[in-house]
Amino acid sequence: MSPQKNGKVHPYIPNSVPEIKAKMLEEIGINSIDELYADIPENLRFKRELDLPEPLPSEYALKRHVEKILSKNRTCKDNTNFLGGGCWQHYVPAICDEINQRSEFLTAYAGEPYEDHGRFQALFEYQSLMAELVDMDVVNVPTYDWCQAASTSVRMAVRITKRNTILISDTVSPERLSAIKNYCRPVVTVQMVNHCPKTGMMDLDDLKSKMSSDVACIYFENPSYLGFIESQGQIISGIAHEKGALSVVGVDPTSLGVVVPPSNYGADIVCGDIQGLGMHVNYGGGLAGFIATRDEKEFVMEYPSRLFGITRTTVEGEYGFGDVAYERTSFAHREEGKEFVGTAAALWGITAGVYLALMGPEGMQELGKTIMQKSQYAMKKLSEIEGIKAPLFESPHFKEFVVDFNDTGKTIKDINTYLLDNNIFGGKDLSIEFPELGNCALYCVTEIHTKEDIDHLVQALTCLTQGEE
Amino acid sequence: MKPKIRNFHQAKWDEPIIFELSAKGERGILIPEVEKEIEEVVGDGVSVIPENMIRKKLPALPEIAQMKVLKHYLRLSQQCLGADLNVDLGQGTCTMKYSPKINEVLSRSCEVCELHPLQEESTVQGALQIMYSLGEFLKEISGMNQFTFQPGGGSSAIFAMVSIIHAYHDFKGESERDEIVTTIFSHPSDAAAAAVKGYKVITLYPDENGLVEVEALKKAVSNRTAGLLITNPEDTGIFNPSIAEFTEIVHDHGGLCGYDQANANGILGVTRSKEAGFDLCFFNLHKTFSAPHGCGGPAVGALGVTEELVNYLPVPLVDFDGKKYYLNYNLPKTIGKVRGFYGVFPAILKAYAWIMSLGGEGLKEAATIAVLNNNYILKKVKEIKGATAPYAKGRHRIEQVRYSWEQLTKETGVTTEDVTCRMADFGFHLWSSHHPWIVPQPFTIEPTESYSKDEIDEYITGLKKVVEEAYENPEKVKNAPYNSVIHKIDHSTLDDPEKWAITWRSYLKKYKIKG
Repeated sequence: MSPQKNGKVHPYIPNSVPEIKAKMLEEIGINSIDELYADIPENLRFKRELDLPEPLPSEYALKRHVEKILSKNRTCKDNTNFLGGGCWQHYVPAICDEINQRSEFLTAYAGEPYEDHGRFQALFEYQSLMAELVDMDVVNVPTYDWCQAASTSVRMAVRITKRNTILISDTVSPERLSAIKNYCRPVVTVQMVNHCPKTGMMDLDDLKSKMSSDVACIYFENPSYLGFIESQGQIISGIAHEKGALSVVGVDPTSLGVVVPPSNYGADIVCGDIQGLGMHVNYGGGLAGFIATRDEKEFVMEYPSRLFGITRTTVEGEYGFGDVAYERTSFAHREEGKEFVGTAAALWGITAGVYLALMGPEGMQELGKTIMQKSQYAMKKLSEIEGIKAPLFESPHFKEFVVDFNDTGKTIKDINTYLLDNNIFGGKDLSIEFPELGNCALYCVTEIHTKEDIDHLVQALTCLTQGEE
Repeated sequence: MKPKIRNFHQAKWDEPIIFELSAKGERGILIPEVEKEIEEVVGDGVSVIPENMIRKKLPALPEIAQMKVLKHYLRLSQQCLGADLNVDLGQGTCTMKYSPKINEVLSRSCEVCELHPLQEESTVQGALQIMYSLGEFLKEISGMNQFTFQPGGGSSAIFAMVSIIHAYHDFKGESERDEIVTTIFSHPSDAAAAAVKGYKVITLYPDENGLVEVEALKKAVSNRTAGLLITNPEDTGIFNPSIAEFTEIVHDHGGLCGYDQANANGILGVTRSKEAGFDLCFFNLHKTFSAPHGCGGPAVGALGVTEELVNYLPVPLVDFDGKKYYLNYNLPKTIGKVRGFYGVFPAILKAYAWIMSLGGEGLKEAATIAVLNNNYILKKVKEIKGATAPYAKGRHRIEQVRYSWEQLTKETGVTTEDVTCRMADFGFHLWSSHHPWIVPQPFTIEPTESYSKDEIDEYITGLKKVVEEAYENPEKVKNAPYNSVIHKIDHSTLDDPEKWAITWRSYLKKYKIKG
């Protein structure tokens, strides 16, 4: 029970100081800390020392050690990145990072609406700002990510309609589909709806043939995982509503300055990821999911998430906040509550609020427009290369698009290796997720890409394909 | 230094809602301009969108100059009392320990935050090494055979555990197993996540010693039992000495055992999941392993399993072939995904760095000092009039204790909620407890290893002060807070569909205010 082998007290453990420890033991009335573990039987005691690497208690040594490992990484800052597919590189305004590294927010957790008033207000404001973007009246405190947001959205639809089958467009993200399927198994049946090979859009005949009185909802994404804009939203929602089912739409919020929000074409539940709104890519650690609905009791009461509401206090004119309909949660009623709630991604919600406050209506519109322009420029220039076609689907796209390399005779793996040598992270290889497409890759172009970045890509691919001839 | 009660007052900015700061035409940030050459080639970019899909009415976001946005959020932050500011030991079960600043610095480097999850493995060897190594550390700490960091928090890890339990029985052709057993002092999500998976939940209650009797478990299990999900020590801080017998009984009936170790802060290097007979366990990296709580995430529930269950884990795993680290998708029985990509990498990095700073011996020191601190507080709280520590009379506790103000409430009318509100006036948090309150008027204290004896004494002095007031002038406590950010909240509107307002636009509509 000595502080450390070197006799020094670790800076993270103040009461390791021998005199203090002795004083506390005396106060408790025992001789050694071991006595405090009397309830743990001998046979469950871990008998040896934990076999972990030699520690680096000096902060400097630790920093050197970690930095050395991290230096093996190549970053999206030093390379030009065209990867998206569920995590997108956008510009992160300096104030977003300034706010989310504040000790007060970073190290708060579950304080009361009094001493943590700022946390409640910041998250209420996040809900309110997102509500404007999606044009709906209710938004939750963030859940883990889009996978969870979509999973919960369809389970909400199942509870609202009291039906047990959900239909899903077969162009949603395969990763998300995998999460939804696991979240539904074995309670809810998942059925896929085909797309039109030419445009990517939902095959409405197939949808109609699969609609029945068992169907709780149809879930599709807009823009789709493959980047095209699904322009039949109104019709799809209509088909669902006609049969008493709900329309659930996953949306990329960065598109909503230029593309109409799903609530305007009949969506009842809207979900998606807010990572693009002020979060770094963080190797996938910046994800956070949102769910939005109308302010109707039958919808609100089915949210598992925290919903912060605004109220008054005993002082005239003072805003207070608290949990709306807390009784619906698993915190209140365990398995009788709606699904479950716990620590998820609140700090990213606060950050997305900061982002939307900075951007304002004009900023979001300009962002959408810029992404449309730059991605169209990339598609056009790529298509000028012999053997390359972009986009694969004959539809308007937002931010992401499928590049068809089939006629180059090269695999995406080879192409991306070549691009990597030119400091370019090429698009995601789709040959595993969508084998029917052959050699295709999913590219992502946002406001951060300059003309020079795109030209560099085009030039590299031109060299690669021509070199082969 | 004799602990004193601070003449505290929290920042109170009377800050408007962000929409009230809007002034038409102001801008918070400008985005990169589109090059003229691009515009020449593609035009305005938006006219390709079909008419019915174009957004015609812009979102009614506020328009605010940059410094005003900054100021607003800085003021809100000051109206929030994080662990870096208060002696945060009143948030029991949550392990509000110090999150070292060096780990924040490291996590903000470009080599962390500017990594895309789909980059080629050769470009992320550093990140994969950190993940792989942390997995190795947790294997040693728990005795499990493989870890994944994919679940985005403790509840997500519980759901992953119950999904694996389900898949395991499914593959064995035993899908008639439709019950999960848990205890009332295990986290609410142990019951709730099981219900999402379609299980009937059987909840066991403690006897007068705070423990579930072995006999009660025996009665609850059968050939319908899919598994057990349990915390130990439970929220009471009492370690169940029969835990190995529990897992054996469940195994004898063909069930699996999942250990909710969201909070394992008192037992690092002392006792492990493996020796207690568990098949699955998880650690919250934002609790025991020091990653910050961030107002409630981003987070990681690091999930570990025995050899038999590795093939059921969510894909991918991070593996090492002796030369390079890689993502392994080759798990034939995988439950699929529970979250996008591989987990919250910054939190993984912070946990790695925390363990590297302490080492094996340091980890055990952290655990034992956390337990010392807890039992010191137990001694002090029991001396406070009106407070009791139900169950386990005369015994020591592990990392936390669930106390009760029942006596205080009987004698003064002052409730847990009242004490909580008054504590805020002195710059402290005090949390009640998870529902249902089978301990009446509960509160849960968990000091961790992070707070000095002086700080602990200061917190105790705060509790004593509030109790003194409760006996002298209960109204004073009941009307608190006075020195916090705001005053007593009207909760009545929050449960009324006509009056609740979850967004500003909804508030304006319902209260007929012109925006």
